[in-house]
Amino acid sequence: MEYALTADDLARVDGLLQRLDPRVKIVGLFSLIIAASLSRKLEIIGGIFLVALVLAILSRIPLLILAKRGWITALLFTGFIALPSIFITPGNVIYRLPLLDWAVTAQGLTSATFLIGRVETSVTLSLLLVLCTPWTTVLKALRVLCVPAVFIVILEMTYRYIFLLLQKSREMLEARQSRMVGELDSRQSRRLAVAGITVLLGKTFELSSEVYLAMLSRGFRGDVDTLDEFSMTGRDWAGILFLPGLAALAIYLGR
Amino acid sequence: MHIPDGYLSPATCAALYACAAPFWYLSLQRIKRMLHTRMVPMLSLFAAFSFVVMMFNLPLPGGTTGHAVGVGIASIVLGPWAAMLAISMALLIQAFFFGDGGIMALGANCFNIAVVGSLVASLVYRVIGGRSSLDSRRRLIAAALSGYAAINISALLTAIEFGIQPMLYRDAAGTPLYAPYPLGIAIPAMMIGHLTFAGIAEAIVSAGVVSYLQRSDLSLLKLTAPDAAASENGVDLVVPVNGWRSTRSLWIGLAALMIMTPLGLLATGAAWGEWGPEDFNNPEIRDQITRSSLNQAAPEMAPRGMQRLATVWTAPMPDYAPPFLRSETFGYIMSAMFGVGLIILSFLLIGRLMQRRQGT
Repeated sequence: MEYALTADDLARVDGLLQRLDPRVKIVGLFSLIIAASLSRKLEIIGGIFLVALVLAILSRIPLLILAKRGWITALLFTGFIALPSIFITPGNVIYRLPLLDWAVTAQGLTSATFLIGRVETSVTLSLLLVLCTPWTTVLKALRVLCVPAVFIVILEMTYRYIFLLLQKSREMLEARQSRMVGELDSRQSRRLAVAGITVLLGKTFELSSEVYLAMLSRGFRGDVDTLDEFSMTGRDWAGILFLPGLAALAIYLGR
Repeated sequence: MHIPDGYLSPATCAALYACAAPFWYLSLQRIKRMLHTRMVPMLSLFAAFSFVVMMFNLPLPGGTTGHAVGVGIASIVLGPWAAMLAISMALLIQAFFFGDGGIMALGANCFNIAVVGSLVASLVYRVIGGRSSLDSRRRLIAAALSGYAAINISALLTAIEFGIQPMLYRDAAGTPLYAPYPLGIAIPAMMIGHLTFAGIAEAIVSAGVVSYLQRSDLSLLKLTAPDAAASENGVDLVVPVNGWRSTRSLWIGLAALMIMTPLGLLATGAAWGEWGPEDFNNPEIRDQITRSSLNQAAPEMAPRGMQRLATVWTAPMPDYAPPFLRSETFGYIMSAMFGVGLIILSFLLIGRLMQRRQGT
């Protein structure tokens, strides 16, 4: 929830990406992710990462938030996975660890750098999209990626009810904790978690019926449509030319 | 198990989007037909539920913790089609909003976890649960195994996708460009964690939820097991559905297969390992045996054991050709009819015997 609140706050800041049409942001940032993924040269991936950093600074996104939300987790997770490849990948030995005598290969090191570089760049670009755009607008703009309207509506409702169900789960847990003395052992905690999930399942069914009736009472007949209130300005046209153009250049240079 | 962007090549991501797309389309059509106007709120709420379930941390035996994906329980309660859509939605929100799983890799994650996971979970639950009563222990075992199997098959697919990357995408110096480990490392590394912690978490949640529902609300288990008995005491036993209507398509398929049996005549030569003792004396067939056995020459004469046992039983219709029929094609069809008839008769007899035993 805290995450969502920060994202909403940042989306309201007057920055470069915040001023762009959400469709331009989706197409532009997505094309940069594809470019980072296609590139076979490390310097190109590094270049795209730098572009992402510049975009973050111009959009007034604190780098600390990017580090906390994406970089550190991605580095720890991917670093843990990539580390053994430095020694396992066959190739030219460039260094031997002093005590263990493990050989570091150039190919292994490059491969690990590729993996970490790609993951960090993609995570930064995806975070930029979410942090600079209100979530409901991101969903509506997914129409440009040919996502059907019915999915958009379902996703919007899903997002809304995630918070409600999270709140209900927390209330259930608090209700239980307020009636407990002492700590639960592992088995009891497991039973509590499973019971919580099942009660939540029951509540989900009930809620779905209530929401359905509420929708019917407001005239819902099964047809869904989304309001398309987007309009392109000169800045958006510049963005749609610049970001995918940059991605195309990166793809060309990174062959 | 959520694959981030950068681990898979764009071509693999595109291929897996293409693999998931028909399942999304099919499930959407099916759910729309079943639920109509109810679909939107139902799927939204269950996608939210799947998302929240993934956030429940579960203490596991041994002092560690894990979280379930919820694919087992979603498939058991909603069926595979609604489950695959709900979990796909939850994965999409995780990828876009929380950066958990990549945007390019979303197709791969949905295919592995939502599509294949839901289908495997439903299949295992249905096969093992059978027509047992909704409150039986067998359903608990079925639920645990369905969650366990689903999560492990999904993990195996993920490992295979990782493992093929270094085979397909390397630069000139041999540097792997995406996930760096070959299948021999990716599969064990992925499976150890899933066969133990993640699999156990999923099994505990699936069986635990089914156990809770057995005591509190059996109707939720009835949705995907309409032909199960409601209780072990014999209350609310389900009346068998009309035999012909429910199996009509199977009978039509069987008839079509019987008519097509003469297609086997198009193949020349003897099937490998199905030789008769007389084939060893036929130079033409001996030549075929040698060619189809990696140029290993066949013995000069049929092995003695084979010769001795070949005469123990003489088939009434040797080579699917009843002696009283001239036409080979018609002989094949007659043999198919005779064989299928015998099998059906045997099952009818077994069914009758079992009914009689239940009656006493």
